[in-house]
Order: sequence, then C-alpha cells, then structure tokens
Amino acid sequence: MVKIYVSSVVDAPADRVWDRVRDFNGLPKWHPVIADSRIEGNQPADKVGCIRNFHTRDGGQIRERLLALSDYDYSCTYAILESPMGVSNYLATMRLVPVTDGNRTFCEWTAEFDCEPAREADLHELIGQGVFKAGFDALKRQFAKP
Amino acid sequence: MVAITRSAIIDAPIDAVWRVLRDFNSHHLWHPAVATSEIEGGQPPDQPGCVRRFRLRDGAELREQLIALSDRDFSLTYCILDSPIPLLDYVATVRLRRVTDGGRTFWEWRSTFRTPPGREDELAGMVARDIYEAGFAALGALLGRGGAVRVRGVVAPLVARGEAIDAEAIVVRDHGGPEVLVAEPVRVPPPGPGEVRLRQTAIGVNYLDVYLRSGPNALLRPPATPGVEGAGEVMEVGEGVTHILPGDRVAYACLPVGSYAAVRTMAAQQLVVLPAGIDDETAAGAVLKGLTAEYLLHRTHRVRRGDVVLVHAAAGGVGLLLCQWAKHIGATVIGTVGTPDKARLARDAGCDYPIVAPLADFAPQVKDLTHGHGADVVYDGIGKASFAGSFEALALRGHLVLYGQATGMPDPISHATLAEKSATVTRPVLFHYTAAPEDLRDMARNLFQMIESGALRVSVNQRYSLRQAAEAHRELEARRTTGSTILLP
Repeated sequence: MVKIYVSSVVDAPADRVWDRVRDFNGLPKWHPVIADSRIEGNQPADKVGCIRNFHTRDGGQIRERLLALSDYDYSCTYAILESPMGVSNYLATMRLVPVTDGNRTFCEWTAEFDCEPAREADLHELIGQGVFKAGFDALKRQFAKP
Repeated sequence: MVAITRSAIIDAPIDAVWRVLRDFNSHHLWHPAVATSEIEGGQPPDQPGCVRRFRLRDGAELREQLIALSDRDFSLTYCILDSPIPLLDYVATVRLRRVTDGGRTFWEWRSTFRTPPGREDELAGMVARDIYEAGFAALGALLGRGGAVRVRGVVAPLVARGEAIDAEAIVVRDHGGPEVLVAEPVRVPPPGPGEVRLRQTAIGVNYLDVYLRSGPNALLRPPATPGVEGAGEVMEVGEGVTHILPGDRVAYACLPVGSYAAVRTMAAQQLVVLPAGIDDETAAGAVLKGLTAEYLLHRTHRVRRGDVVLVHAAAGGVGLLLCQWAKHIGATVIGTVGTPDKARLARDAGCDYPIVAPLADFAPQVKDLTHGHGADVVYDGIGKASFAGSFEALALRGHLVLYGQATGMPDPISHATLAEKSATVTRPVLFHYTAAPEDLRDMARNLFQMIESGALRVSVNQRYSLRQAAEAHRELEARRTTGSTILLP
C-alpha cells in the first residue's frame, strides 16, 4: 500500500479556502491539472455519494465518489472508481485547519492505494507532486496577498 | 466551560520542534513567561504521569502533569494540578503536523477549562495571548533562525534530518561462541534513498543467528551486528520510500544481518507495516518464524486436510507455529521433542502425537502411529542428527523439507535413494520466498490474519535485554528454550 502525505500553508482564512475547495465538482476552477468536470446523475456536488467524472489536461478520464464531507472539520474524503493510473483501493482525504497566527490555512492532502510494485515510485511522484502539491501551489497563488 | 484553540506555522522541521516540545521540562528555556522549572521526583520529562513544578517571571508557582505523549502523532496532553490563577479543570493538548511544503511545522495548542463567573474572557484572553501566542513567537524565533535550544533530560528519539546518532548494538568482531556477542555503542547514519531509520522495540532471536555467529560464512563478516528479525517504530524515511511513513510500526525478517541494535538504518523494501492487533514483541517473535511456517505449509509443500505431517523440534519457535497451523489446515501432526515438558507444549499447540525420544529412534514410532504409511511431509530443521530418520519416516511419494540444519548439514543422498520412495527432498530458504514484495505482503497478510484471529498463538517464552544476547544464544543452543526468544533494547 502506497501512502502519500502532502501539506502546505495558504495565506487566507480557512473558511475562504474551504469555500473554494469544498465544491466536489469545482476542480477545474482552481486545479491546473484538471480540464473539466461534471457530477453524474445531476446530483448536487456536496451530496455524499455523488460521483465526479472529470478529465485531466493530458486527456485521462477519472471517476471519483465523494465519501465524506464536513463543513465543520473542513474535510472531504473520496475514492477513485476508475482511472488510467492503474491504482486500486485508492482513498484520499483533503483537510483544512485554521492557523490563528496570521489568519491562514494549514492544508493536508493524504492518499492510500495499491498498485504494481514497479510503479510505486512513479505514482507517488505523479499523485503527490503532480496532483496534490500542484493543487496546493495553485491555491497559494490564487489566495496570495497582492 | 472555555475552549481555546490557537495555531501557528513554525519555520523549522517537525523533528526539531517536537524534540523541544516533547521534553515536558523544556519550557523555561524558550517560553518568555517561565523563569524556572523542574520535574518532581527525578522522573523522565517525557513520561506520562511526570509533574513539572515551575515559577513564572511574576513569581507565581504552578504544577502541571503530563497525561499523554505520542511520538507517533507528535502530540501531548497535560493538565494543571496547582495554580494561583483560577484556571479550573484545565486540560491542554499540543499537536504538531508536518508541512511538507518547505519543511515547516504546524503547531496547534488548545485547552478547555472553567473560570470563576465573569472572568471567562479575561482568562481566556490571557491564556491565548500570554501563553500560546507568546510561546509560538518565542520558539518560532529560536528555531526558525536556525538556532538551537539545548534540551536537557532524555535523549529525544527523533533527531533533525541528516544527523547520525549513537545507539547500542551487539557487535561480533570474530566468529565463535556466544561470548563474541558484545554490546557496543555504534553510529547510526541517517536513511539514504530507499532506506528508513528504525527505533527498534523488540528483536527476534533465531537459530540462523547462531549459525552466522559460529563460523565463517558469506552473510556475517566481522565486524558486524547479527540478527535478521526485528520490530519497531520508523523514525525517518529516506527519498523514494513510498509504502512507509515516519511513525509507522513495522517489522521485518530479512537480510542483511544487523537487527541486534537499538536503532537501525536499513532498506525499506522488506519492512511490513504491523496491524493494530499485533504488538511489537509478538511481531519480533513471530515474523521470521511465522513467515517460515507460512511458506513451508503453503508454498514449498501445500499441506492438505488429512496429510500426515512430521515436525521436528515441535516445541521450538518454528515448531509450535507449524503444529498450530498444520492442525488448523486439518493435517495429522506428529512431532519430536526432547523432554516431556516440551511434549506438553507441543500437544497444547495442536501436535496430535508428540514423541519424546532420542533423535535416532523416532522413525519406527512414526511408522507405528501411521500404520506403516509414514509421514507425507517432514519438516526438518535439525539436519545431520535427524536426516536419516526423517527419510526413513517418509511415506511413499513423501516430501522431506530440510529448512534448517541445527546439527549440521546432512550428507548428500543419491538419486537412487530418492527412487526407493519416489521421495522429494527440498532445501528451501525463507529469503527466496520473500524476495518479491508482493509475495512478502501476501505471506505477511496470511500470517497476521492467523495471529489476529487467534488461530495462531505466538509464544514469546524468553525475553532478554539486548546486552544479554550471549545468554539468549547459550540457552537456545542448550535446547533449554521453547517458543520464541526476543531481545529488548
């Protein structure tokens, strides 16, 4: 089982950052690697159990199910149903925590999954750096104080 | 009830911040409000239950007790015992999280308490501002500047990335008897790519360690630390390690030798993460022997319900596991042991017919017990002293699995001899079965399921301190041990 943990600090209050990321269908609005997204079956994007169906900029299609969403804890958990990455039992959680000193946000993104041993290092890099860190870097830029 | 939470980002690695905070008596070195502090009764400053008595700069004296501390979660909880300031039922928790972006630390400090009516805002404000926020600023400045805080007391188990640390290990400088197992301080380097640094909590002793200590061999070239089995907590991981995180509880049974040590840096590939239901001591007593039983019963030979299985040294570490697991599968288990006490142990472990006999004499008894059929599979870790008897006890088309040689390597047998019974003789080695990570994970999963479900009981019957490794070997070689033997650093 591969485990990934990526964390960062965004220079904006946690409720504002949460507003941006809580939209399960909203990745294209803030994540540079995601091109488009829709929720299957016309479900609301914050209904636990809904499925997002999205494309990455390199053309890959991914379907993920929302398993948990908490506006109290600023966290959401989701699982991959289909993807071209060759991962199984993929479970990820994003969580925001307020940093009172400076009214900023501590962001964590974790994932666990299984894959062919030969691909572990590449997938660790692709998901950890290419998706999670890239996402947080984008949020940092979008919320940076001018 | 007042509840306060304050948090900050410290521009220093989590290990550096935790090293300071985990010392319950360090606050007078960095917190501006604290003048002096000491731990009552000479207790270690990282032991839950210890009490710090300290004086603030304004003269007030307080006592606080450490309730919980977790190096795995980077958190600690404490409460106020005595204080002139009316913070009633005050319980506070400090929690750190790693900020991977920039090697920084998220620090959260929270508490709940009651106050006299009307003083909630005043006291909550005081705690938040003068204790928490002042603490963040002060420690942040000290560590963030690349400065260091000298922390007295227990050597912190976590160190800044990149430092070698000193720890105790057994070092063999010459092959020989148990007396060559001598404890020495060694320098343990930080983990390189693909490696982890592990703080070991329990070490497994195996007969293989005796072989490798006794005479020249390719696997232990002095000066070297012996041992191939251990369990503990991961301190840090090197680049490219994807299946282990710092804080994970892991165990291993693999080469190269080096497990007789308090701290060890090693390749991560052969480490397995322990499930919550298996503690470190059980793991150290079970991994090598359990993985051995797993492959012997399922991979070298697939034992089926109704098979007759002969287990030598049935009360030994591997023996007890083979008896239990073979019985679980539904085999008829015959075992050889050296004493009546060991026979009792073997029987309790599922051995249907323990034979107490000198090693020359067991074969006729096996034939008798099986109405002349013999054993379909023989698991022989004894070698020279038992081999001829093992072959004699073998059924037609039987499988003699020589998985060890405690009394030396048996003489070679000829193909003609094999033809007498259409016999198979195999000399398997654990490490060939665990070499592929997916096989190792498969085998470990099977073993852990058996242990967690209670189907396999692990008997850690002998415990020694790391320094007493020689004694452990003496007892093992004298056949005075039963079940598993572990060393505790």
